[in-house]
Amino acid sequence: MTATAAIRHKPFPYVERFAALAASLPGAGHPNVVALRQAAAEQARRAGLPTQRVEPWKYTSLNRLLETDFEPASSAARPAANDAAGWTVPGSYRLVFVNGRLAGGRSAAGLPDGVTLTTLADALARGDDDWATGAASSGHPFVALNTAFLTDGLVLRVARGVKVAQPIHLLFLGSGEAGASAIHTRLVIRLEPGAGIDVIERHAASGAGVYWSNPVCDIRLSEGARLGHAKFIDEGAEAMHIAVTGVEVAADAAYDSFVLTTGGALARNEIRVTLDGERAGCRLDGLYLGRDRQHIDNTTETIHAQPMTTSTETYKGVLEGKARAVFQGRIVVRPDAQKSDGRQLNKTLLLSDRAEIDTKPELEIHADDVKCSHGAAIGEIDADALFYLRARGIGAEEGTRMLVEAFAAELIDGIADKSVASLARGRLAAWLAGSAPGGTA
Amino acid sequence: MAASPDSNLAVHSTIGEKYKYGFVTDIEADTAPKGLGEDTIRFISAKKDEPRWLLDWRLRAYRAWLGMEEPDWARVGYPKIDYQDAYYYSAPKKKSAPGSLDEIDPEILKTYEKLGIPLGEQQRLAGIAVDAVFDSVSVATTFRKTLEDAGVIFCPMSDAVRDHPELVQRYLGTVVPYTDNFFATLNSAVFTDGSFAYIPPGVRCPMELSTYFRINAAQTGQFERTLIIADKGSYVSYLEGCTAPMRDENQLHAAVVELVALDDAEIKYSTVQNWYPGDENGRGGIYNFVTKRGACRGRNSTISWTQVETGSAITWKYPSCILQGENSVGKFFSIAIVNNRQQADTGTKMIHIGKNTRSTIVSKGISAGRAQNTYRGLVRVQPGASGARNHTQCDSLLIGDRCGAHTVPYIESRNRTARIEHEATTSKIGEDQLFYCRQRGLSVEDSVSLIVNGFCREVLQQLPMEFAVEAQKLVGISLEGSVG
Repeated sequence: MTATAAIRHKPFPYVERFAALAASLPGAGHPNVVALRQAAAEQARRAGLPTQRVEPWKYTSLNRLLETDFEPASSAARPAANDAAGWTVPGSYRLVFVNGRLAGGRSAAGLPDGVTLTTLADALARGDDDWATGAASSGHPFVALNTAFLTDGLVLRVARGVKVAQPIHLLFLGSGEAGASAIHTRLVIRLEPGAGIDVIERHAASGAGVYWSNPVCDIRLSEGARLGHAKFIDEGAEAMHIAVTGVEVAADAAYDSFVLTTGGALARNEIRVTLDGERAGCRLDGLYLGRDRQHIDNTTETIHAQPMTTSTETYKGVLEGKARAVFQGRIVVRPDAQKSDGRQLNKTLLLSDRAEIDTKPELEIHADDVKCSHGAAIGEIDADALFYLRARGIGAEEGTRMLVEAFAAELIDGIADKSVASLARGRLAAWLAGSAPGGTA
Repeated sequence: MAASPDSNLAVHSTIGEKYKYGFVTDIEADTAPKGLGEDTIRFISAKKDEPRWLLDWRLRAYRAWLGMEEPDWARVGYPKIDYQDAYYYSAPKKKSAPGSLDEIDPEILKTYEKLGIPLGEQQRLAGIAVDAVFDSVSVATTFRKTLEDAGVIFCPMSDAVRDHPELVQRYLGTVVPYTDNFFATLNSAVFTDGSFAYIPPGVRCPMELSTYFRINAAQTGQFERTLIIADKGSYVSYLEGCTAPMRDENQLHAAVVELVALDDAEIKYSTVQNWYPGDENGRGGIYNFVTKRGACRGRNSTISWTQVETGSAITWKYPSCILQGENSVGKFFSIAIVNNRQQADTGTKMIHIGKNTRSTIVSKGISAGRAQNTYRGLVRVQPGASGARNHTQCDSLLIGDRCGAHTVPYIESRNRTARIEHEATTSKIGEDQLFYCRQRGLSVEDSVSLIVNGFCREVLQQLPMEFAVEAQKLVGISLEGSVG
């Protein structure tokens, strides 16, 4: 009935800005790009934004987004010199995007042959539209918004058999100092057969204020390719980060993802992986550390579409203050995906009486010869462990901090890439330093 | 890649045992005109000589229902139901009120014999009080005398409305309000009968209470309303078992069960549900859209749901516990078996409100043929539920490569001191397990029955003796012709 349709979707006024803006977006001179954007804008307009009556959004309200009057992010913004300081990963190749546009140079020096980097602004300017055809192109409202308003990003291609030693480090900075800004970037990654690379994707604030980051990441891994994908969501205190990542994994290829979320007033990270070839595999790991009134939503879906595919997933979280976290993890095994193996675990520590966790691990199995499992555990700091520490002269506060660190570090210890592990440790330490363990609220 | 072809075949041939209880009893019915409207509700209420407050309550429910939509979130598919194309009241014609079994329509008695529960014999043999719901009116109630001596009230809902209006009015709709959900609201508007039980303070009910549900009379929806109240310090075990006659048309069954446990009381509610599941092609079968909920209102109260769901074309059922009282306990033990084209979306809700409340969920789902089986459950810990504990175990077993097994748990914690654990696994019958059994001379059917019974053991153990035997047989029968 129409009454329900109205409750399930609300019109998003921001979409109406498309008409006025279209001519100034990159690629406006190319009819194919224009048509693509128009179709996406129309789709986004028709879809509106999902309300909490739509199952995948049951625990995450988009009201804050609906109620903010966003301006498309200003291209004038440039990072202050020290913004990007302390963000470097030794030995990595780095690109910095500020409010959705590349800042600074883009030389490919130091990158081995076979690695191609093209900014999306460039790709759009010459009329490319193949960036819109991948795993993330399905009817997702935020992908449609991204396609319509996209300003920049990166297309990364790695040629057959090329294994890249140093990670590509992408830093996306946002700010809303000149009014609430909307930032639409896209990362397209295509690995040819046997290629291998690590990508570090970091999202942070370069200034105060409200901004909405709407990044889309579209990944396709050919036979035997391997991608390590680390994502750090460390957005500003008033920022909203709503991200969609779509991944297609071909036979014998592997997708290895780690997501650490510490920032943003609202952070929703959605990862959808399709294991689309025999023996394709993925690992989805994540850590979320929330405080104050943060809302952190990790939503993942792993589709086993072919036989003998494997997936493992571990998400761990620590919440204090009035933070709220959501974990929705879905494993789907399609009818032909026999001999598949899917495992998933979600654990959350609640440190305060006002924190909340909503978790929904989901299995959808259509094949019989499979092994799938999921587990979820929620609890507080183990009183016995704390007592043990106190008996050895370590106070409750310090003891809590140690136990939280151990809980989180367990996941970081499993990261193969040293630079990613070291970044993650740094973020964890910083979070712990700012925390008030054992909240008594 | 799957099991060896011959074990597949053999197992598939095991699951297809025909529904044993399909027949229609030919008796005259006193039936309301087809369709649903305020007139139908007034008709039902007038037929039952109901007091004004109950009619008003029904009408309020009906008006609320008009503004509601049929839920579509469950993983079940069925053609749209035309609620105007059904009869909402059908009672066996009475000569006069039956004083004893001799006065009961012999046709009805024969029906029970076919089902294996001759009422007369049961009185002496089983020691179970049977409140038999035949279509919409309870035909006979036995053992009432024994129960009366203990102070236990166990009678059809319509008698309770007449004889104990203060109890009914006090508790009816307090666990499942008339605005609760589409099907429960429909039930509130048109419910025709059901069972009522009240266990007075400190009384341990001297026998297991039981109803035996039966759907009869073509195109008659069945809307029972059951209300059980265990007063302070009392205990009752309640059994519910179902079979239905074979027929081609889909039948809607939207029952509501409300349980109330006060301080230190315990209610154990067990169900074996074996309604007609439809044929191999998914034709016919019962739509079982049931709302069951228990409120642990008192301190140290316990409500435990045990269910063995093997029948029905579609099952939509989430027996739940609202754990209000401090230290109250909720339990849910479930076996859901689906075969052919059956669809089951079932699970539980555990709502932790009081301090130190505990809940346990054990769910065993078995899918075969082209059936779809979903566990859907909610564990919610409210901010005040300090020290709450939950443990959930959901296991699914798949037999054959065309069925589905799904697990959709929702876990919401808003209390730091709560501890919640959830585990779920999916697997198939191990080829080595089958091989081991067959090597020792067991047939494939027996092996599968043995393995599946082992898989379900934790739940079967929860059933009262009378049910455990039947349930074990059912587990085997339901899977005949399916193994893979």
